[in-house]
Amino acid sequence: MTKKILILLFILIPINVNALIEVDITRGNLNPLPLAVSPLSIDEESRKDFEKILKKENIGSEISNIVENNLRTSGLFNPLDKKAFLQAPDIANLKPRFEDWNLIKAQALITGKVNYVEDKLRVEFRLWDILAAKEMMALAFTTVPNNWRRVGHIISDKVYERLTGEKGYFDTRIIYVSEEGPKTQRIKKLAIMDQDGANNKFLTLGNELVLTPRFNPASQMVTYLSYFKNMPRVYLLDIETGTQEVVGDFPGMTFAPRFSPDGKKIIMSFAKDGKSDIYTMDLENRIVEKITNHPSIDTSPSYSPDGKYITFNSDRSGYQQIYVMKKDGTDIKRISFGNGLYGTPVWSPRGDLIAFTKLHKGKFYIGVMRTDGSGERLLTENYYQEAPSWSPNGRVLIFYRETKTNSKGEGFSAKLWSIDLTGYNERQIKTPTDASDPSWSSLLSN
Amino acid sequence: MRLNKILKNTLLVLTACLVLSACATKKEVATDIQGQMQGDVYTGTDTVEYLADGVPDRVFFATNESILTTASRETLRAQAAWLRKNPSINVVLEGHADERGTREYNLALGERRANAAKDYLMTYGISSDRISVLSYGKERPVDSGSNPLAWSKNRRSVTVKAN
Repeated sequence: MTKKILILLFILIPINVNALIEVDITRGNLNPLPLAVSPLSIDEESRKDFEKILKKENIGSEISNIVENNLRTSGLFNPLDKKAFLQAPDIANLKPRFEDWNLIKAQALITGKVNYVEDKLRVEFRLWDILAAKEMMALAFTTVPNNWRRVGHIISDKVYERLTGEKGYFDTRIIYVSEEGPKTQRIKKLAIMDQDGANNKFLTLGNELVLTPRFNPASQMVTYLSYFKNMPRVYLLDIETGTQEVVGDFPGMTFAPRFSPDGKKIIMSFAKDGKSDIYTMDLENRIVEKITNHPSIDTSPSYSPDGKYITFNSDRSGYQQIYVMKKDGTDIKRISFGNGLYGTPVWSPRGDLIAFTKLHKGKFYIGVMRTDGSGERLLTENYYQEAPSWSPNGRVLIFYRETKTNSKGEGFSAKLWSIDLTGYNERQIKTPTDASDPSWSSLLSN
Repeated sequence: MRLNKILKNTLLVLTACLVLSACATKKEVATDIQGQMQGDVYTGTDTVEYLADGVPDRVFFATNESILTTASRETLRAQAAWLRKNPSINVVLEGHADERGTREYNLALGERRANAAKDYLMTYGISSDRISVLSYGKERPVDSGSNPLAWSKNRRSVTVKAN
């Protein structure tokens, strides 16, 4: 599969212009920034070379389509219709006629070109501030031609970062559970895809039930629950090699696994005699530690990004609520006090928020609260939805949603959805089959 | 006078019947569900299979609960008697939850329900060596409906022969 690819990246012109365009991503953005993504220009010879290798008629247009789609789905940008563009892509990349782009109300412009150089794909792109009539950024990449989609995602991340001041989340992947078949006998497989739904691959065959896959920080390992031989156990999968192993030697069900932020430990629940407690296992020395010890159900543990705290779900008060404790299991504090039940807490990569699922009066909500439980904010309400996972920049949540069946028990479906932290920009992520339990990788390139 | 009184009473009873029957047709669905649930615990037999004559294979639970009802304890006593009579048989107790809960919590809840059944079988003399526990959480509903009756059928612990 995709190895850690080598992408040579260099700054074309070291310039430092004070950005005049600023996109505020901390509020719901009802007026996305109008911008023009000019197709990357390509000389005829390079075009033919890439057509032969990649079976794409014009790889320049394909890459800019990826950029355009990413920026649109972020909800922060409004890519303008290419038909309105007055300037040819190759000329625009040399020096845009700012008044032309101003005329179609573009505030920013992305131009670039693609070359075939010694069996490699070389892409350069520039970001222009139309109102200030200035270049904001210029970068070039060289990589193997097969990485062309990633180049599109990296350009998107660079543009997003330059215009919002925060890291992007486009050069990322989603691991999830693919679902097929009747509700009473679902067939589930691990699947992985790019953040935009491309390059979907199945990682297991569906012979056994699999649930809740989660990436390690390097996004090359996955921990998940498998019912292999009808024994629900936490497993570890190396995505590149396909090797799998059981995590630990527990005399019973282990479930709800996640990696520690340094990737060295797996934290999970172990159920025995009607009690579920939280354990960690060190992946290097295999040492198992018991973190909680209570007759209640303690599950869904998630570390803070600094690794010092753990948030988890417990019904020790009588009902499912969210708690925070120190990493050694001391100083346990309940943080959810609103009406209803709370589950699946997951710590934001920025450290300041915990996302959760809430069940109240027959409705399911995805929400966020501060790590002390204050400032609860519900982002979306539905018949059934759960299991939020953060984008690596902590601005978007992906989760899954199930439909209510009709009186005959028909019409069931499960789909992936995403929503901005602001509560805006809710959208479905298309998958080839039904889907659940999404987990977002970290940024693959930095 | 007396006849009058009798007539009056009959009339009252008749009117009452009329009102009741009107109610019954209107709330047909509700009554149907009521007949199969007590509180929100399933008491019907639709989905129940039998390990042996008079030995139902499953017990049902209230929402978010793992407490055994009187009926459940009766079922488990029958299972214990059957297991004592058949000492070579081992069983798996498969615990399940309904779809109205988060996946991970439901896995734990299924385990807790199956263990409640296991503990009860043990108090009736069945060795823990003969009983294993397996939770499916909300992964294997018997009824795909999205309504209280379907959910009540799905909140269950099923005793399955392991050999």
